[in-house]
Amino acid sequence: MIDKAVLRELEKIVGRDNVLSAKEELQMYEYDGSVEIGRPDYVVFPADKEQVAAIARLSNRRGVPIVGRGAGTGLSGGALAREGGIQIVFSRMNRILSIDTENRLAVVQPGVVNLELSRAVADAGLHFAPDPSSQKSSTIGGNASENAGGPHTLAYGVTTNHVLGLEIVLPDGESVRIGGAAVDATGYDLPGLLVGSEGTIALIVEITVRLTPLPELVKTLLAVFGTADDATETVAALTSSGITPAACEMIDGWTIGIVESFIHAGLPADAGALLLIDVDGPREAAEGEAAAVAEIARRNRAREVRVARDASERETLWKARKNAFGAVGRVAPDCFVQDGVIPRTRLPDTLRRIAEIGRRHGFEIANIFHAGDGNLHPMICLDSRDPEQLKRAVETSNEIIALCVEVGGSITGEHGVGMEKDRLMPLLFSESDLDMMKRVRNAFNPLGLLNPGKIFPGGKSCGEIQVPALSAAPPPAAVGTGGLPGFSPK
Amino acid sequence: MSGLEIQVRSLGEIVGEANTSAEPQRLLPYAIDGRQPAMLAMPSNAEEIAEILKFCAAHRLAVVPAGAGTKLRMGATPERYDVALVTTRMDKIVAYDPGDLTISVEAGARLGDVMARLAENRQLLPLTVPFLHRASVGGTVASGVDSPLRQFYGTVRDFLMGVEFVTGDGIRAKSGGRVVKNVAGYDLHKLFIGSLGTLGVITRLNFKTFPVPEASGGFLASFSDASGALELLRKIRHSPLRPSALEILSPSLTDLLARRAAPADAPQDSGLPRTAWVVAADFGGSEAVLRRYVNEMETMAGAAGAIGSSLPAEGVRTALWEGIRETVPLLIEESPGATVIRASVLPSQMGELFSVAQRCGDRYELPVAMLARAAGVAYIAFLPRESNEGTTGRLAQAAAELADAAQAAQGFSFVAWCPAELKARTPLWGKERGDWALMRKVKQSFDPEAVMSPGRFIGGI
Repeated sequence: MIDKAVLRELEKIVGRDNVLSAKEELQMYEYDGSVEIGRPDYVVFPADKEQVAAIARLSNRRGVPIVGRGAGTGLSGGALAREGGIQIVFSRMNRILSIDTENRLAVVQPGVVNLELSRAVADAGLHFAPDPSSQKSSTIGGNASENAGGPHTLAYGVTTNHVLGLEIVLPDGESVRIGGAAVDATGYDLPGLLVGSEGTIALIVEITVRLTPLPELVKTLLAVFGTADDATETVAALTSSGITPAACEMIDGWTIGIVESFIHAGLPADAGALLLIDVDGPREAAEGEAAAVAEIARRNRAREVRVARDASERETLWKARKNAFGAVGRVAPDCFVQDGVIPRTRLPDTLRRIAEIGRRHGFEIANIFHAGDGNLHPMICLDSRDPEQLKRAVETSNEIIALCVEVGGSITGEHGVGMEKDRLMPLLFSESDLDMMKRVRNAFNPLGLLNPGKIFPGGKSCGEIQVPALSAAPPPAAVGTGGLPGFSPK
Repeated sequence: MSGLEIQVRSLGEIVGEANTSAEPQRLLPYAIDGRQPAMLAMPSNAEEIAEILKFCAAHRLAVVPAGAGTKLRMGATPERYDVALVTTRMDKIVAYDPGDLTISVEAGARLGDVMARLAENRQLLPLTVPFLHRASVGGTVASGVDSPLRQFYGTVRDFLMGVEFVTGDGIRAKSGGRVVKNVAGYDLHKLFIGSLGTLGVITRLNFKTFPVPEASGGFLASFSDASGALELLRKIRHSPLRPSALEILSPSLTDLLARRAAPADAPQDSGLPRTAWVVAADFGGSEAVLRRYVNEMETMAGAAGAIGSSLPAEGVRTALWEGIRETVPLLIEESPGATVIRASVLPSQMGELFSVAQRCGDRYELPVAMLARAAGVAYIAFLPRESNEGTTGRLAQAAAELADAAQAAQGFSFVAWCPAELKARTPLWGKERGDWALMRKVKQSFDPEAVMSPGRFIGGI
């Protein structure tokens, strides 16, 4: 609901041109990459951290919620205004403030696009290691808020491993620097708390990140298997062998056939599963590991192991992975993507059980995922216009997540809890676990005005996963960005 | 019955009479800066810890958690100290999944035992830290000590997946999980790293483990001055090489480690020169990888002006890295007033930090020894030959100047180990920063009655 007084104040802070409040203007900010919806009352585009602080003071004084938003590519509704209020879009705060190649650091504003930072430092032989599928558009502020992952986080770590310091704005408008440029900031690890807190503790207005040297050599292998079991057993064997690939992605047989029929990449359409593996490092190390990976794959009954000979062949191999999701999106009206994690030793039996769950509910489940760290992305293909199917899809999804937890895993590996999984949190956490997290949130965000209705169960919606919103989501967004970090459909 | 007797009896009801005590003899190992707790409790599980902490919170009894007690001297002297809560009975490896490279242990498990168990599967936890064979895993994490292996594997925050803990008001909770990738909920466990027992008691920890490399090797280069050593470090950091450890030892530290590693009648056995700046590198991989490391490091050392270099023989290499690992305990034994400051700066500022430390040493007549890690962390020790009112004053000045220098270089400093008299008169973490107020909020959330190690941490927390 629009309060004219709030609107006037916002216009005073950021200028009239940088506030949206008309219904049709707000519409595109109701969505992100997830299937959720949340409509803000105002969308503002601050130019600097002082304006962010002023907006926070206004919010605090008037009791209006604030939600931060980067590019809106999130996959759990983290950036949606679940309870209305002010959506702060950081797209104007998109400057790289400094790059220090000697110490391998960069200081950026939250609206800097992930890939743009990597491009800016490529000539110095560096990159920003977290590589979510959305990296061409997602922002580092959003990556930090959600603790984003990606295929190469297997060896390089997720966003939190690359954030050294932050400047944050608290709900009362106070700005504080936490962490720093040097390692081992003294005191409690506040950046460790902030990264991944999904905008519920403070607003991030500046980020100091580590830059990582590009490896001397990258070798990409594609291993082709007759069955999914052989592929998952290869992953388990790789994990215990002592090789840490830079990335280890799996595509199952059902998906391969669909991908091949769309992109004709020369994939063996009758294969049971593919593993796409990057190894990197000093030349001798990468070459040695590539040979060892191929050997382990063959020992686990790989039909064929292709090794890319150069960068263009590597790109061709990654194309299958990158286009897989888009291809699946074309054969089904809707796709519902999950993001569970399991111990890697449980990959073979868990994937079998997921297929069984799907069969029981009458769904074919596509699996394209980060096998190396046990981060599953089972995709349920359905026609959500059919309410019966939709109901069964929700049940299927819930069963899969419960299975991940049962085998010792987690309800989300990289997409976040947001408003998609708040009700699933009790699967993992007891009431006292959640109470402790709330105590910390309340210490920083006492009035609950920062991103209300997220992470913790008891948000406004109730019942089950909000798949009903799925059919209302614009199809390109729902399918195109719907949940597979590791590639962005073209 | 006295108040104390009643309290000890109450604790006995929770943990069993044999596992609590008020006898001075049994309390002695848990004294901090000469202050002994009034009682001791040794719980066997998290439930008992919750009961103890509820009792202590209700009676405002101050609690300091301890494992083996090897690092109780770290941090400020607690303002109050009633109960030593000792976790050594909680020493089990709860779950170990070698195929998934994950392990879950109780807080009181000895780090050395855990490492030995991992070694059976050719795996490791990159925590070669001081007091390795005695220290508990919980104490290691809570004290925030680091390992030379951080150069390759990162620090605890990079491989600690989850923690179970009890808050200062006796609530059992957890964060994170047991899988290597997980973004469900807040990473509360990260707050416990280096928290010096001020938030609660860690009861269980889940880690990623790592495979032991196929083979490993080392390289040593010596320099007549710090700038050559720093230049070699810079060259290695900017090369494609990824050593597992990369450190600089000041001449006095080299000398100390050489004396320790080899008897006086056979000094050559240590493999270390006696008075030189030394760069020590260690690396793992295949034979082909190791050859490349050695060749390139020799070339880079030559270009940086090394006066000598060597490939330490296996025994020498092992002894050297054990010495580096145990540097802090060795330094403490060296001097009655040993003051070890842990400072972190940008790697490019390390030379300036060395200079400031040396100038402080010269000005205040304090022998200096330094160990720096390539990541940008240095242990700077002032080692007065005696400990008295005069040395304490000079140490306080040196510590303050070093803290200012670190802060000016966008870095951090912490007087991690020093005599009790120095703690009483110098701020161990330098000047107040803007984020300390937020840390007080964190503290208040976990320990509303302020019973956990009160006053031991940053900003009087």
